[in-house]
Amino acid sequence: MSIWEYANPKKFMQTSSAVLPWATALAGAAMLVGLIWGFFFTPDDFRQGSTVKIIFLHVPAAMMAINIWVMMLITSLIWLIRRHHVSALAAKAAAPVGAVMTLIGLFTGAVWGQPMWGTWWAWDPRLTSFLILFLFYLGYIALWEAIEDSDTAADLTSVLCLVGSVFALLSRYAVNFWNQGLHQGASLSLAPGTRMDWAYKAPLYVAMAGFVLFFVALVLLRTRTEIRARRLKALMARERIEA
Amino acid sequence: MIALLMRDLRLAVRAGGGFGLGLAFFLIVVVLVPLGVGPEGNTLARIAPGILWVGALLACLLSLDRILALDYEDGSLDLLATAPIPLEGVVTMKAAAHWATTGLPLVLAAPLLGVLLNLPGPAYPWLVLSLLIGSPALSVIGTFGAALTVGLKRGGLLLSLLVLPMYVPTLIFGAEVVKRGAEGLAVATPLLMLGGITAGAVAILPFASAAAIRVNLR
Amino acid sequence: MMPDLGRYAVEVSAAYVVSLALIAALVAISLARGARVRRQLREVEARRGRTDV
Repeated sequence: MSIWEYANPKKFMQTSSAVLPWATALAGAAMLVGLIWGFFFTPDDFRQGSTVKIIFLHVPAAMMAINIWVMMLITSLIWLIRRHHVSALAAKAAAPVGAVMTLIGLFTGAVWGQPMWGTWWAWDPRLTSFLILFLFYLGYIALWEAIEDSDTAADLTSVLCLVGSVFALLSRYAVNFWNQGLHQGASLSLAPGTRMDWAYKAPLYVAMAGFVLFFVALVLLRTRTEIRARRLKALMARERIEA
Repeated sequence: MIALLMRDLRLAVRAGGGFGLGLAFFLIVVVLVPLGVGPEGNTLARIAPGILWVGALLACLLSLDRILALDYEDGSLDLLATAPIPLEGVVTMKAAAHWATTGLPLVLAAPLLGVLLNLPGPAYPWLVLSLLIGSPALSVIGTFGAALTVGLKRGGLLLSLLVLPMYVPTLIFGAEVVKRGAEGLAVATPLLMLGGITAGAVAILPFASAAAIRVNLR
Repeated sequence: MMPDLGRYAVEVSAAYVVSLALIAALVAISLARGARVRRQLREVEARRGRTDV
């Protein structure tokens, strides 16, 4: 029972249709529980006041923004090496989700900094890196949209994802270098698990699980749509030829 | 390979538009910034390194789509792909031609434009050096973007969207060199990073660009 | 029912409202596109029906 079986579109469609309702239910439950718990049932922080409640959105979203790009990187590699269409289409399907996660991470991150810095945006290294990541997501999505032929698009976007990953990493270091002088140590984010009280950690972990499941469910759904869209395109092309 | 380089150089200079256009655009940017920001000398001096680097970067973008598009349209790219020279070498030569006709003039023009922006005296050699080291990266990264979008009719804007985020590390370190040079601080770290990025880009991106061109020629 | 968000009510509310709105929009668009593609595919496959080799 190898994972490569799911590279077969038909098998993927069958399996995902069975899994999707469960994934959706679990995602909904975890997100609801995590966010409601975090929003309504956590105490205010001594220093940050009620803005600490933002972590239940910010941390999971930021985590997903990165993880989704990594998933796209892996599936792009699988496409380039093993030519499984499901893999390429999964990357295509995941990108908008990653872009939205990055946006949420950006917005919540900026808003979270408002009490600390008094402005609605600050060029904190973390936020800046996420802004650049958002641009990489946009470019990737735009390239998929711009190219007619499905396989060509898959190939080019895969190469872009590979090269882009290297530059995204480089940018992270460059941006840290760029802003290291200003905010030593006063970094915006609260790394999960470091000195965080369990009152916050527990709902945070639930929310993180919720976001992960949300991504899984949504990407399964979207990949199914992409597989159908590809088949639709092929059939319509055949219709045109036969007409 | 040298023949290819000479051919591209001659084409770029003769066809016009690419060569002078980048320089003119660089000048325009440098003129517009004080008009927008105000003529106050100290402000300009502080932002001059960044403006000069961003201006150079944007000016580089202008001639990127011409690197490959013309050859693609008249079929020469197909011929070059099947020629005895490896496509990676072809791509490198194209990037080199772009650098010679766009990047290098920008490097030479930058000190003159630095005067317009009140760039502090100590910064000038660092300006030239950082642009000299960083601009080949701009050409090579730009060529990669051009390779991805070569098949597209109106790929110019998409090309910019793809390429500009990849310019960020070079921009940050390049501008940092000039900023620190202006204040007499140590420039070793950003300079080495800048050089490292250029070296890495020149070594690795031609392979990605060649792969993208092959895909587009299918 | 609503916790007292104190000084940062605007910020925290904005963060939640915008984030949830973005998520909702993403899901809505994904579902809409999915439904549309499924419908179009059904139409095309019905047209081809048994005539498809």
